[in-house]
Amino acid sequence: MLIVELAVVGAGPAGLYAAIQAAKEGVEVLLIDENLTAGGQLFKQIHKFFGSETHFAGVRGIDIGRRLLEEIRNREVKVWLDSMCIGLSSDRELEVVRNGFCQTVKAERVVLATGAAELPVVFPNWTLPGVIGAGAAQTMINIHRVLPGTTVLMVGSGNVGLIVSYQLLQAGAEVLAVIETAEHVGGYGVHAAKIRRAGVPILTSTSIKCAQGETEVEAATIVKVDHNWNPVPGTERTLAVDTICIAAGLRSLGELAWMTNCEFSYLPQLGGYVPIHNEWMESTLKGVYVAGDLAGVEEASTAMEEGRLCGISVAKDLGYISENAAIEQKQSITRSLEALQGGTFGEERREAKRRLMEGWKESKI
Amino acid sequence: MTEKEHCTKKMMMNVVGYPSLQELEQSPGFVSNDRLKKGAVAVIECVQDIPCDPCEKACPQGAIKVGRTITNLPVLEEEKCTGCGLCIPACPGLCIFLVDMTFSPTEALIGIPYEFVPLPTPGSRVEGIDRSGKCICQASVIKVRNPSSYDRTPVVYIAVPKKHAQEVRFIMKE
Repeated sequence: MLIVELAVVGAGPAGLYAAIQAAKEGVEVLLIDENLTAGGQLFKQIHKFFGSETHFAGVRGIDIGRRLLEEIRNREVKVWLDSMCIGLSSDRELEVVRNGFCQTVKAERVVLATGAAELPVVFPNWTLPGVIGAGAAQTMINIHRVLPGTTVLMVGSGNVGLIVSYQLLQAGAEVLAVIETAEHVGGYGVHAAKIRRAGVPILTSTSIKCAQGETEVEAATIVKVDHNWNPVPGTERTLAVDTICIAAGLRSLGELAWMTNCEFSYLPQLGGYVPIHNEWMESTLKGVYVAGDLAGVEEASTAMEEGRLCGISVAKDLGYISENAAIEQKQSITRSLEALQGGTFGEERREAKRRLMEGWKESKI
Repeated sequence: MTEKEHCTKKMMMNVVGYPSLQELEQSPGFVSNDRLKKGAVAVIECVQDIPCDPCEKACPQGAIKVGRTITNLPVLEEEKCTGCGLCIPACPGLCIFLVDMTFSPTEALIGIPYEFVPLPTPGSRVEGIDRSGKCICQASVIKVRNPSSYDRTPVVYIAVPKKHAQEVRFIMKE
C-alpha cells in the first residue's frame, strides 16, 4: 500500500492547480488521472479565455494546459496517468486500477477534481451514429484533428454550444443552425455574434423533434416550441445534416464523492448534485476536498482558482503553512473567484455557491 | 429573475445573437460619429457584463478602461485612441474592430479579427458580411496582420464603401 500526504484525483485545471499549489508549499502529492495525458479539457479549448490577468485572460486554454504541465514537471509531483480511481473510503483509502492491477493508496488528505460529464438529450433516433456530445465533437476536431461530420446541427446555445459551433466552422464543417429551447441565447453574446456573422442562424424557442437515417444520421427535424416548451404543430423543419451535436449542459461527476458518504446538495444551476463544501473547499467529510466542476459546473478559470485554494487548505491542514498565511492567500483567491462570478451571467451560480456553503454550516450543527 | 437580468435578456443581443446598432450606441465602448470622421479608431462591440478585461491592458495609450470590477463594460476614451489595432486580437470575444473613415474619398478601412484558414491575400476581392451573416457589399483586402504577438488571431483589413463601414464585420470568399 502506498501512503501519501495528498492524493489528487483528476488532472484537469482544478486538480493540476491543487497539486501544483500543495507541492509548492512542500506537501507530498500524488496526482491521479484516468487519461493518457494530464490537462483535462484544457487542451481542446483553443479559444482565448475571459477573465483578468490572474485568470490567464487572453491566453488560449491549450497554452494554459501547456504551462500547467510544465509547472507539474518542475515540482516534485508524482503523476499517475492511465490510472483509474474506482473507489474511495471515508478514511481516505483510494483504490486505483493501474497497469492492470488494483492498488491501494492511503492518503492523509484527498482532493477530488473529477470534473463533469455532458448531459444527453433524448429524442427518437438519438442513438444513431452521428448524434454526439458537443464536447466530444470538440475533442475530435481540436485534439484528434478529425471532423465528426460535414454538416452539423447544434442543440443548445450555452457557451459550449456557441464555442464548439465556432470551432467546427474553423475546422471546416458547415453548421446549419444552433437551436435553443429557451426564448433567449444562453451563452455570451460575443460568442453568439462570432457565429452569427459567419452565417450560422441561432433559432430560439426551437427544439429537436427527431433524427432521421437508416444506419447513421441523415437529417434532423426541428420544431418551434411555445412558452411552456410544448411543440407547436405545423412548425417542423427538416435539415439535411450528418451530425447532431448536443450541448445541453453538464453534470458534476460525483461518483467517488458519493462513496465517502459526504453530503450533497441539489443545485441545477451548478450541475445537479454537488458535494456541499465550505469556503476552504472542504466537503462535509474531514480531509476530503472538492474543486472544479465537481464542486459546481463553471468555467475552467474558476476551476483553477478552486484547485489553488484546495492546495492551500491542505498545506494549512498539514502544517506546511501558517493559518494566517493561508487566510491571506484564501482572501486573494476569493476575490478572484468573485470577479469571475460577477455580472448577470454569474448571478445564479454565485447564489447557488452561497447556498452550498450555507449547507456546510448547517450540516455541522 | 432580477430586474437587471430581465433588462439584459430583453436585449436584441440575446434574441438574435448580435447587438443592434442602438444597443451598440448605448454602450460606453462604442465610438462617436465625430471621432469616426477623424480617422482610424477602435470600435468596441461589447454590450454584456461578462468578466473580462484584456482590452484594457492591450491598449498602449490607456484609451480603454474597464476598472477593478471586470464585469464593467469597456469605456473608450476615443480621443486617446490612435487606431493602432492592438486591442483587436487581445479581445477574447473577438468583438473589437477598427474603422478608418479617412481611408479614401469613397471607401472606409475596416479591421476584422479573422481566425479562419486560408487567410485572404491582399488585393483579393471578398464579400463584405454584416453582423447577421448577410452579404451586403463587395470588399477588397488591403492587408493582413498576423504577427506572433497576435497569438493566432489575424486581423484582416478590408476596404468597403463608406456607407457600410458600421455594418460590415466579417468576410467571405466571393
